[in-house]
Amino acid sequence: MKSATSAEIKSTGDSTSSTHPAKHLVQVEGLSKTFDLSASWLSRLLSGRQASLLHAVDNVSFTIARGTTLAIVGESGCGKSTLARLLVGLHSPTEGRVLFDGTDNAVARPLNQRIQMIFQDPYASLDPRWTVGDIVAEPLLEHGLARPGPELQHRVSALLESVGLSGSDLSRFPHQFSGGQRQRISIARALATEPDFLVCDEPTSALDVSVQAQVLNLMRDLQRDRGLTYLFISHNLAVVRYVADSVGVMYLGRLVEWAPKSRLFSRPQHPYTRMLLDAIPKLRDTGRSRTPVQGEVPDPLNPPSGCAFHPRCPLANERCERERPQLISTDTGSDLGSNRGSNSGRVACHAVQEGRIGFSGT
Amino acid sequence: MVMNLLEVNNLVVEFPTRRGLLRALDGVSLTIAPGEILGVVGESGAGKSLTGAAIIGLLDPPGRISSGEIHLAGERIDQYSADQMRGIRGRRIGAIFQDPLASLDPLYSIGHQLIETIRTHLPLTAGQARQRAIELLEETGIPAAAERINHYPHQFSGGMRQRVVIALALAAEPQLVIADEPTTALDVSIQAQVIGLLKRICHDRGAAVMLITHDMGVIAETCDRVAVMYAGRIVEIGPVQQVIHAPAHPYTVGLMASIPDLETDLERLAQIDGAMPRLDAIPPGCAFHPRCPRVFERCRFERPELLDAGTSRAACWLHAPEVAP
Amino acid sequence: MSQHGNPITRWLDSDVGYSLRNSPVAMTAAVVAFICLFCALFAGWVAPQDPFDLATLELADARQPPAWLEGGSPKYWLGTDDQGRDILSAVIHGARISLVVGLTSVALSLLIGVALGLLAGFIGGWVDALLMRLCDVMLSFPAILVALLIAGVGRALFPNAQTPVAFGVLIVSITLTGWVQYARTVRGSTLVERDKEYVQAARLIGVSPLRILRRHVLPNVLGPVLVLATIQVATAILTEATLSFLGVGVPPTSPSLGTLIRVGNDYLFSGEWWITVFPGAMLIIIALSINLLGDWLRDALNPRLR
Repeated sequence: MKSATSAEIKSTGDSTSSTHPAKHLVQVEGLSKTFDLSASWLSRLLSGRQASLLHAVDNVSFTIARGTTLAIVGESGCGKSTLARLLVGLHSPTEGRVLFDGTDNAVARPLNQRIQMIFQDPYASLDPRWTVGDIVAEPLLEHGLARPGPELQHRVSALLESVGLSGSDLSRFPHQFSGGQRQRISIARALATEPDFLVCDEPTSALDVSVQAQVLNLMRDLQRDRGLTYLFISHNLAVVRYVADSVGVMYLGRLVEWAPKSRLFSRPQHPYTRMLLDAIPKLRDTGRSRTPVQGEVPDPLNPPSGCAFHPRCPLANERCERERPQLISTDTGSDLGSNRGSNSGRVACHAVQEGRIGFSGT
Repeated sequence: MVMNLLEVNNLVVEFPTRRGLLRALDGVSLTIAPGEILGVVGESGAGKSLTGAAIIGLLDPPGRISSGEIHLAGERIDQYSADQMRGIRGRRIGAIFQDPLASLDPLYSIGHQLIETIRTHLPLTAGQARQRAIELLEETGIPAAAERINHYPHQFSGGMRQRVVIALALAAEPQLVIADEPTTALDVSIQAQVIGLLKRICHDRGAAVMLITHDMGVIAETCDRVAVMYAGRIVEIGPVQQVIHAPAHPYTVGLMASIPDLETDLERLAQIDGAMPRLDAIPPGCAFHPRCPRVFERCRFERPELLDAGTSRAACWLHAPEVAP
Repeated sequence: MSQHGNPITRWLDSDVGYSLRNSPVAMTAAVVAFICLFCALFAGWVAPQDPFDLATLELADARQPPAWLEGGSPKYWLGTDDQGRDILSAVIHGARISLVVGLTSVALSLLIGVALGLLAGFIGGWVDALLMRLCDVMLSFPAILVALLIAGVGRALFPNAQTPVAFGVLIVSITLTGWVQYARTVRGSTLVERDKEYVQAARLIGVSPLRILRRHVLPNVLGPVLVLATIQVATAILTEATLSFLGVGVPPTSPSLGTLIRVGNDYLFSGEWWITVFPGAMLIIIALSINLLGDWLRDALNPRLR
């Protein structure tokens, strides 16, 4: 009831982990989320239609080391937003689990204080009828971290100032602020309970470039000052290059590549990653002709057999059509199970495993 | 010297509100040569979409053109009536907007919409128009065009829909195409395809393009020249390589520096402090001066015109002839 | 945007208040509605005579025409009815009853409709399906029929009904015909708001669903409902008038405008037109001014038209 420091929460919350906190703050194991989008049972019976299941997230596994940023990239329909919501508990997984600091997220009491989220749309993420002060104060009041009155006001002002706004803004309404400022308010709200882990769902995609730079710099400063861990969802690879320590690439709900940032950008393994990097319009080197990605993202309700990318992949063979590739380490080809060092990358691609892909790019 | 296809001179667009007259575009001037691709880049609220809307006669009332001139192939069009503009739209100026769902009527097949546009502007029979529509669809990369011409917009994916919109815009063979954020709503991999298509198809027809976007990468890949807008004014205009790699205006410098680089690791993103002023609070003199790292006395009270700065022009007193470089 | 001053001046300064000040039709309607409301609320003081106190009636003054016609007198501005009742007083008192019934039933409809709509939209699933089917069923009955049915059942259950009970039945019958549109409107808005990020943020904070509904969703869905409610007051008043006209509304001891119209109808052809026309005119004035207010409110609250 009284405000507990993060350290106290950490040490009393771990009932299953060892005496020291887990090296990886977040561990995701075999996470899947399937949505049933079928028509009602009766109409299916009458029309003879199949059940349509959307595998929004399909057997995804990764870890995030404490104090680092994992970026998840992908295009629309790849499942990254669903993944974000699974991690914070807005969806419950169909399969698999999320371990936070060694404790299973679903089993333990929802960790609302330690995990928070920042959303994409700065206009819809703040209640238009509440003052900014009330919005930022809500988590403090809900968890009893401050008493209503001067103490609360003081905390709220401090939070607003830590994100670059002024304390006097707490009596104003969201519509009086610009998109970038609203995202700062969202960040202030998310930081109110002093969380360890922030899931950021495309936090700057709706912002102008110069405003984006301000918000990204702010997020970086906050991470450094408070030791925050981020999961950063984005479709913009340039932004990812700036913010991430490690990067995961998703396609149709599956994790196709996962590597430290420097490695992903210098030696991308998966054909989809390579094509993605190649397709982005660049400021330099614009005269070079490039092969844009062929085709379009298939219907997620009806994904291709085997490797989901095979219809668009120049290196697809018969095995790719038949068998779904597992995520393997690119160094030795062994499975994900062993706890590899942070230097290795992981790819789900038969061509890589069979050595059919070169390192010179397309 | 070849005559410019589009000439905009000192365009001023105002919105009467109950708090007074809001000047959304304040003296915008630009030209587009036949077959050229001009990019118009800027952040939200800078006025780039408004510029396109004003040219094509689609300003939302109560907004109106208060002064300035727009010439299309020598003909002055800013004073045209709604009917006259309707004759120009489609036939001489084509439009592509950001949201394909808004451009395509969901109740009619795309073939119907294409043929209707073609026949409104060109004297073709129904059969000829249909044939032409199929050719257009094939040209924009729609597979099985002869079949899909009968499909409805919702049966196409986002990227395909935008291709149909491009086909629609070019159906009547316009001389100028205004594309307002044509790829912003599309996935990255599709963006590349659609931008490539737009560039190629306009080149093949000799149509000029005014490409409005906030994405500098798209501009770099597609345009010949680019105009940078800020607070309703053009602050820099010039050849694409020049503006991007050797920007002359401090705002452009700041803008380019704040774009994350795909190819290098950056320690910190440069940022421009503050925000673009709201239209009812534009400072006197140069609109950028409160945020400018190189501001001096003249900037605060005297508004700069577009001055020569190498091969481009910038509205900045740093480039006044008497100022030492 | 002014944050200072009292709430009233702040509201008048807002976009909505400005719109009201600038629309002569809306201002007139607002003024008229306010006058009617005032007179109705303070009927006892405003009306020159108490039309229900039989002792004050003078039979000798019966059937007098309005004051400006021959035979009329300034004592009875709008004339008298067959029992010597001052028409002006009767209209004012009748308006009060009509307004009380109308406002109460709309308030109750709002309460029921908004609550059910919120639940249906937020919980979804079978709760939503059930409530929507209920709405469909209710909408397939004409409002008057439902009101008649309930009124009839009420009479059967309470044959020697006291006045308050009779009023209660009447209000309930009008309430039950009106709640459906609030439920549907609120349900639709709730569906939209529920998926918005600020609601998800509240869930993430750990706020209970009921509190989210009450403190976040409800204030944001109330807008269109208020517009509806304003117009519904007029409809409710007219429904009550119809029922009273048909004789199944308010008890005859407290005549509403509808009752007065019916009673006056009998005298229409004997030349004493004022007994029915003035209650009718009052009804029209009330309904019209409220409708115009509602129209203006809908346009004023519509961000696209601003």
